[in-house]
Amino acid sequence: MGLGAYIAVSAALFALGIVAILVRRNVLYVLMGIEMILNAANINFVAFNRFNHAEGSQSNLDGRMFAIFVIILAAAEAAVALAIVLNVFHLFNSVKPAEADLLRE
Amino acid sequence: MTAESHFLAFDPAQDFKLLFLAFVLPLVGYVIQIAAGKRLPRQGDWLLTSGLFATASITVLMFAKSLWAAYHGLEFRHHSGDEAGLWFHWFYSSDELANGVANVSAAIFYDPLGAAMLMVVGVVSFCVHLFSIGYMHGTPRYHIFFANISLFTFAMLGLVLSDNLLFLFIFWELMGLMSYLLIGHFSHDPSSGYFHKWATKACKKAFLTTRVGDTCLLVGMVIFFWKFETFRFTELWRLSIEELARHQSLHPGEYPLWMTVGGLFIFGGTIGKSAQFPLHIWLPDAMAGPTPVSAMIHAATMVAAGVFLLGRCYPMFTPDVLNVIAAVGTITAIFAATIGTTAYDLKAVLAWSTISQLGFMVAAIGLGGVVAGLFHMVTHAFFKACLFLSAGSVIHGCHHEQDMRNMGGVRKHMPITFACMLASTIAIAGIPFFSGFYSKDMIILRAWENILGGRFTGASFFAAVGLPLAAACTAFYMFRMIFMTFSDSYRPGTVESPFAHHGGGHDDHGHADHGHADHGHADHGHADHGHADHGHSHAHAAPAHAHAASAHGHDAHGHDAHGHDAHGHDAHGHDAHGHDSHAEHATPHESPLPILVALCILAFLGVFGGHFWLADPLHSLKFWEHAHTWFETSVSFQSLYGAQIGDRLAAAVAVDEHAAHQAHTVALCVSLAVASLGILVAWLIYGRGWERSQRIAGRITHAIHAIYEVVKGKYFVDEALGTAIVVDMKRKDEPRYEPDASVIGASVHVANFLGWIDRHVVDATVNLVGRIGMSFGKGSATFDRVVIDGAVNGVGLFTQTFGSLVRLFQSGRVQQYATFAVFGGLALAVWLILL
Amino acid sequence: MQSQILTWITFLPLIGMAVILLMPKTSMNAIKGVSLAATFVAMVLGTWLYFSGFEQRSLAEIQAARAGGDILGAQFVQRFDWIDSIGAQYYVGIDGLSVALVWLTTVLLFVGVIASFGMEKAGKAYYALLLMLEVGILGVFVSLDLFLFYVFWEVMLLPMYFLIGIWGGPRREYAAIKFFLYTLAGSVLMLVAIVALRLDSGTFSIPQLTELAVSGKLMGASLPAHGVLLGMDFTTWVFWFLFVGFAIKVPVWPFHTWLPDAHVEAPTPISVILAGILLKLGGYGMLRACFPLAPDAFHESAFALGVLGVISIVYGAFVALGQSDFKKMVAYSSVSHMGYVLLGMAAFTVWGMEGAVLQMFNHGTSSAALFLIVGVVYDRAHHRDLNGFGGLSQLMPRYWALTTLGFFAALGLPGLAGFVSEAMTLVGAFEAKDTRFQVLVLVSTLGIVFTAAFLLYAMQRVFLGKKNAKYEGIEEINAREVFCQAPFLFLCVLFGILPYLLLDWMHPSVQNLINILKVQG
Repeated sequence: MGLGAYIAVSAALFALGIVAILVRRNVLYVLMGIEMILNAANINFVAFNRFNHAEGSQSNLDGRMFAIFVIILAAAEAAVALAIVLNVFHLFNSVKPAEADLLRE
Repeated sequence: MTAESHFLAFDPAQDFKLLFLAFVLPLVGYVIQIAAGKRLPRQGDWLLTSGLFATASITVLMFAKSLWAAYHGLEFRHHSGDEAGLWFHWFYSSDELANGVANVSAAIFYDPLGAAMLMVVGVVSFCVHLFSIGYMHGTPRYHIFFANISLFTFAMLGLVLSDNLLFLFIFWELMGLMSYLLIGHFSHDPSSGYFHKWATKACKKAFLTTRVGDTCLLVGMVIFFWKFETFRFTELWRLSIEELARHQSLHPGEYPLWMTVGGLFIFGGTIGKSAQFPLHIWLPDAMAGPTPVSAMIHAATMVAAGVFLLGRCYPMFTPDVLNVIAAVGTITAIFAATIGTTAYDLKAVLAWSTISQLGFMVAAIGLGGVVAGLFHMVTHAFFKACLFLSAGSVIHGCHHEQDMRNMGGVRKHMPITFACMLASTIAIAGIPFFSGFYSKDMIILRAWENILGGRFTGASFFAAVGLPLAAACTAFYMFRMIFMTFSDSYRPGTVESPFAHHGGGHDDHGHADHGHADHGHADHGHADHGHADHGHSHAHAAPAHAHAASAHGHDAHGHDAHGHDAHGHDAHGHDAHGHDSHAEHATPHESPLPILVALCILAFLGVFGGHFWLADPLHSLKFWEHAHTWFETSVSFQSLYGAQIGDRLAAAVAVDEHAAHQAHTVALCVSLAVASLGILVAWLIYGRGWERSQRIAGRITHAIHAIYEVVKGKYFVDEALGTAIVVDMKRKDEPRYEPDASVIGASVHVANFLGWIDRHVVDATVNLVGRIGMSFGKGSATFDRVVIDGAVNGVGLFTQTFGSLVRLFQSGRVQQYATFAVFGGLALAVWLILL
Repeated sequence: MQSQILTWITFLPLIGMAVILLMPKTSMNAIKGVSLAATFVAMVLGTWLYFSGFEQRSLAEIQAARAGGDILGAQFVQRFDWIDSIGAQYYVGIDGLSVALVWLTTVLLFVGVIASFGMEKAGKAYYALLLMLEVGILGVFVSLDLFLFYVFWEVMLLPMYFLIGIWGGPRREYAAIKFFLYTLAGSVLMLVAIVALRLDSGTFSIPQLTELAVSGKLMGASLPAHGVLLGMDFTTWVFWFLFVGFAIKVPVWPFHTWLPDAHVEAPTPISVILAGILLKLGGYGMLRACFPLAPDAFHESAFALGVLGVISIVYGAFVALGQSDFKKMVAYSSVSHMGYVLLGMAAFTVWGMEGAVLQMFNHGTSSAALFLIVGVVYDRAHHRDLNGFGGLSQLMPRYWALTTLGFFAALGLPGLAGFVSEAMTLVGAFEAKDTRFQVLVLVSTLGIVFTAAFLLYAMQRVFLGKKNAKYEGIEEINAREVFCQAPFLFLCVLFGILPYLLLDWMHPSVQNLINILKVQG
């Protein structure tokens, strides 16, 4: 199984994430979409790391390390995002992004 | 005893220091006086007078040394720089490429002429200081007066001692300044009435008129420096003689034009300072100064400096210049003498006489008679100083009346003054055995020698005829003055005269402090001031009194009749007539002792100055064995300019013995004849009683009415130059400018015209340029608004429109934005990949 | 410290200015104290520089310095790159031409500060500007780099504009703008010439430019068409541009009309500084940065310059005679006196040039005294009409005495300073190679007579004659005013009697200048 399969999965996951961000009305789904995009990226990191180095080579773990960082970041980001969502809910009494249009001001 | 060790031998090591001491003492006195004079007892007059006594003593001692040397046939020309290394380094300048080094410095130059002149200055100054103690006592600014005459003396001594033309000029100008300040002495003293107004203008006139001459002298100096690169007299003489000789050898019978021009410019200095025609105009007006000033500066010393200058520069003059000098001198002599016959003001007579006598001296030098001219300068200094001081004494005694018509009979009241004045008058008139005779005779002799000796020039002929004529006039007007003043009986108030009482010199009337209130007259002065013009018509019983009152009224109250109460005024010393007015009608009185002492010294010198040292006083008193006066023994071409130059100059004017003998006879006869004639006519007209003299004089003036008016109007030179000073006590405000049709008027017009040019042409041009600039500015402002601003605004409008379109995309919804971003990114990717 | 003395002197007032700007507006006494201290220290340094620091070199020593690239033989030189991209340097130094003027500047500004104490209106900004002015003036005198010279020249202009425009008389705006425009017009011409010189030679250094100019290498060779424009060659253009720039400052007829207006409107201390030192910048500029940079053109137009000088002398004196405003009269007398400077320089003889430099200094002292004198009477009477006074000598005898001294110094009475310089100028002009100068000398003597005339005429109207009752209780000159005038009158007397105290300083430099310019001419 070659690199292409991994990339295909990753691309699908990315597309799902994008669609989720753009079309879902609930902000929680939007967050999930973001997680999906991050994970699509993680797949790419790990896959490229695996295929760009010789089998069994332990000399380079950069890609995998990045994946782990991204996971940690995603966790932190999720926490912050949920906090923001809570505040948005307090403010607008809703969790729909379409109704929070303060950016326009 | 050898010549060197004799106590009268000149000792360079000591004597230059003594001379320097004599020179700086007046300066030291000046400084002390300015700094502390007011606080010293008697305002410091004793200090300056004793300082001047020391100076005079030194000058007399030094003069004795010069005579001693002359009688022993020793050369007496000393230069402190060469002999004792005493220099005053002024500055040093050089053009190392072209001209070499010019060290501009000064040193003392002491020769027989310097010795004689220095003695004259020292002695006259001392006498004037002494005189002033009596004359000026109790006047305002007494200490300043002493300071100024002291500084003047300093300047005059410096002028005599300078070894170069530049320093002579410096002291020359300094004297001009002191003359300005001293003529203007009364201009700070409102209580001096008439003099207050007169002096205000006279001092400016004097300075400016002489300044014209001074500028000429400066130019002359520059011209000679340009060619010779030196200011030192000895060098100038040597180089001039060489230049003349060189030029003669190339072009026989011609003289270098530049030397003639330069010489004429130098003579211009003399014309100004020695009041020669046509710049004589300042001297009569200089009489606005106090009488001691007139005596010293405007008779004995400063005006003689012009003649001294000619003596110092004689070798630098080409014959053409000398002819001009002779002609100008003769014109001045006749011209001033004729005016002198018409003057009524005692001091004016003497002023015109001074101008006339200066004309004699100048003419003499122009005729080649340097010794004669300088001799006359020395004798004249004494007798003219004596005449002026005597006149001052008379004026003082007559309560500041100066008009001779209001005098008369003063002889009885002031016998000593009369004696001194008469002696000096005889001297100036040219009676044998009085000093003036010797010098004036020498001048006339010189003229006749030139004619008879075949050195005939137009100027010589003119002088030979003109000078005796002037001498006759001199004898006439001097004795006219004596008769009018001293004979007959006292007649105050005969005519109206402006010389009313001024604050000066009333010390002997019993009130010592002049500047203070005198209640005795307060109401009187007040009563008058409103009707100042009525003062004359009120002159019922006491004419002199009325003049006093009217003058007072004009001066003190005329200009500001409002708001002055009597005591407010008195504080300013307007109580000139505050003392008992009856005292003023009292007879004249003899002057106090200092005045008389000064008079006697000068009268003695005035009488005997010509032949006092006919013989060598140290060896023999048998004066009849000597054919020459002391001056001739001491001063000659050789002793003045050195043997070599002197011989050449003497040869240029020498005549053969026969002609000389003839000329002697002629000159003697002419001198005696004109003097006797003048005195006789004066006696015929004025000597036989006042009433008769008025009748005769009236008839004569009526007969020659037109001529008389011209002469009395001083030939209207002042009017032509626009320098006439009109002091009208009745007018409150003087005209701002002098009359238009004159030199001064023209200058003022030029000044105003140039001022107009400045405002209306130069400034207008500037403003025009400014306006053009403004128009350009306005034009570009319009361009700015329409084109540039239009463009800028257009850009703004476009932006605005575009912005409002773009605004539509701004929904504020995150998801919409993200959609744009994704599709944008996709579009970009497509573009990158496909294209 | 000693090698940087010029920088210290120049920028010391700037420190004072900075301190003043940091102080509150209300503490006027402290502000006055600081400005007094700054100018005083500058004056002490300036005096030290003149009498002790400056070394009188012989001509040979100055000529020896030429091999080292310094044709002027300047002292206390400081030189380092400033604006590399255009080649401008911080290059300062003084020689015999500038040292006396530097000293005079420091003295004048010190007195100017004291004289300002009498001005009620003068506030914080006034003193700050005054100190800034000092920086500008001193900078011009010490600069040896044309660019630096120009910068200081402009620095000086600005405070002067405000000092006249804010603290002046009734027509101050007009006078200030006139002053500004005139001077700016001059500066623009100067700038053009400076840029042209830079383009041709590649340097701003005055000694280097001089060296190039006198060896004939500054002829516009590297410019398009060799710098020939409208038929006039490069050096002529440069010369006239620079000359007009400086002539406006002198001021030479017909560029003089800003002067009377500026003087009449300026407050007394500013008039003093204006007449005392600003006018000298023009004459100094010609000697430093005009004649040496275009020697050929200078020699060609020398007679024209002489004529302009004589016109200034005579014209100024005449117009002064026609004035009824005391200050305007003195202002025109400045025009007349500065004419001698131009005449002397144009004559191109040692006496003429030295007389000119000396005249600059002497006019600095005497005109400063005259303006202070006018200020005294103006402060009391609040007008300057010469016909509106009369008999002041009786009311203010001490004031009258000082005035007399000042007037006679101004009219060139021997024994006082003005005479030496005027006489030297006239002698120098008479000796000029071009004999037409002799005619000029004769004409200029008219100026001597008329200078005396207008001064004495003014003296008569103001001081002599009948007392004007209006001023009965007028206050006699006070101690501060006497203190202001005393230094100038003292210098007038001192340098009248001992002129070598100035001449010995400037002589070698003047001689050197003549030598180097002669090579070409």
